[in-house]
Amino acid sequence: MSFWEYLGNRHQQLLTDAYQHAGVVFLCVVVATLAGVSIGVITYRTEWAGALATTTASTVLAVPSLAVIGLLVPVVGLGVPPTVIALALFGLMPVVRTAIAGLRAVDPSLVDAAKGIGMSGPMRLVRVELPLAWPPILTGIRVSTRMLMGIAAIAAYASGPGLGKVIFRGLASRGSGNALNQVLAGTLGITVLALLFDAAYVLIGRVTVSRGIRD
Amino acid sequence: MTEAGAAGAAASGAAASGAAASGASIELEHLTKRYPGSAAPAVDNVTLELKAGEVVVFVGPSGCGKSTTLKMINRLIEPSGGRIRINGEDVTHMDPVRLRREVGYVVQASGLFPHMTVAQNIALVPRMTGWPKARIRERVEEMLDLVGLDPGEFRGRYPGELSGGRRQRVAMARALAADPPVLLMDEPFGAVDPITRHHLQDELVRLQHRLRKTIVLATDDFDEAIRLGDRIAVLRERSHIAQFDTPEAILTHPADDFVAGFVGAGAALKRLDLTRVRDVEISDCPTVTVDAPLQDIFSKLRASPSNEILLLDKRGRPYKWLRRGDLMRAKGSLARAGTLVSDTVTREATVRDALEAVLTDSAGRVAVTGRRGEYTGVVDVETLVNSVHELLEADRLEARAHRHDLEELRAAQTHAEQEGVGGEPKA
Repeated sequence: MSFWEYLGNRHQQLLTDAYQHAGVVFLCVVVATLAGVSIGVITYRTEWAGALATTTASTVLAVPSLAVIGLLVPVVGLGVPPTVIALALFGLMPVVRTAIAGLRAVDPSLVDAAKGIGMSGPMRLVRVELPLAWPPILTGIRVSTRMLMGIAAIAAYASGPGLGKVIFRGLASRGSGNALNQVLAGTLGITVLALLFDAAYVLIGRVTVSRGIRD
Repeated sequence: MTEAGAAGAAASGAAASGAAASGASIELEHLTKRYPGSAAPAVDNVTLELKAGEVVVFVGPSGCGKSTTLKMINRLIEPSGGRIRINGEDVTHMDPVRLRREVGYVVQASGLFPHMTVAQNIALVPRMTGWPKARIRERVEEMLDLVGLDPGEFRGRYPGELSGGRRQRVAMARALAADPPVLLMDEPFGAVDPITRHHLQDELVRLQHRLRKTIVLATDDFDEAIRLGDRIAVLRERSHIAQFDTPEAILTHPADDFVAGFVGAGAALKRLDLTRVRDVEISDCPTVTVDAPLQDIFSKLRASPSNEILLLDKRGRPYKWLRRGDLMRAKGSLARAGTLVSDTVTREATVRDALEAVLTDSAGRVAVTGRRGEYTGVVDVETLVNSVHELLEADRLEARAHRHDLEELRAAQTHAEQEGVGGEPKA
């Protein structure tokens, strides 16, 4: 069976897998963004808290994703739970790092000016600091998404959802007629999804980053 | 004459009513700032009384604590001791956020938020205090107009698209948007080039003439202090006040060597910074607009006592000086005749600027313009030099009186000290 015939026959199943893959990545990125920015906001003002968050982030990133998923299986079982937990955890890290760096990079004279014209602490954060730190945070979210695309494929090892299943199936049935097609379809599918997400980020950047600080 | 008198009365009337509505008095009582870990306080026991509607400049070398003192007034830096009263109300323990909305604040680097448009920046304080939308929109236009920026052109721009001088104008508009009685300016013109700085200083003087806010401005530039201050507080380290007086008194009668050193050389020349063109005699000269018929131009030229007339462009701005004979030489073409007006001064410009312009002008006169660059009159070397002479003479008399007062005061103090020897032991 040629690759195109394979795609023609299995497109229903492949689309469902791609949809699940995109869905789980999207969900985890949203969770990671909310949690990551919150951690950034809580820790950036204190030297040691920020350092702790950043170091923890780097340390977790250094652990192989497969190992983390493997460790989670005995605790939460197979399927969706270990996938979501592992993805959210890994996705968190780039966001935390860029959020802390971004918030700390806001010009102190602007924070001073915001205080000086009578903005309260929360207002300063929402109206001045976060908008100014948003471009680097968005970059962090983008990096995190790219990473999760790949890690989500590995999550199939713990019977997680997504295109990883297709790849693993292909690898397991090495020598059979469809093995190569399956691996190829899974890999290409993930690549296409990653490109689509990236394009979406360009759009999101256009809409959410003020023209005054776009370069 | 009567017309000028009436206009003057109206202007001072407006100023007086403005003072009632606008400025607020500020009292600093034993204001002190101590930072943990350093033995000497950064600001040590400052007591000052600022009258409503006056411009007080804190001037001193960098690190003398002038900025710290300024920032304690809106409590960006919390005082460790002493009291601040605005309009008699103790604000030392008031909610700082509420306090700051009633005190305008301008910083050196403009402090405009780069992700907001000019209009959004200006609207910030009115929005926070809950003005209705329509009124805010109106106010933004009004403020841009006030600082000399065309609302249509600048409303939607971002700070990054503006020059340093314009950014500083917008910063002033933002600080004044909610009509605060007090305006704090922390080295507001320190980051712009000297020419722009000059313009901005003139602009501030013009604004203040209209608004009568209580302005406290910190700077390390003594010339700026002279140009802007109604009164100047010369500060030395730890914000100790070396002298607090009018610029005239500081120039003609520095309290000690420190102040004298800060005043620097050329006090008589600096005195010229204290007088504005509007305070000297502005004479009139014959003018015509460019679209007037040639016949008019000829007849006016013939009638002109100085043999020249000033050609104004369509918006009434000085354009060219025309002398008798210029038109002949140019064969009747207005486009080629005469010399272009290279320099003008505004009514708010200092006499020093005017003198500079007059001295560089080959014919020794310069056109005076109003707000939008429209012609309002002419000054020449003779009037200027005469005013300067009068000025210096008056200063000499005042200095003599001042010295006399000071000696009397000192005598009284010595007397009091001798009387009260038992009462207050010296530390």
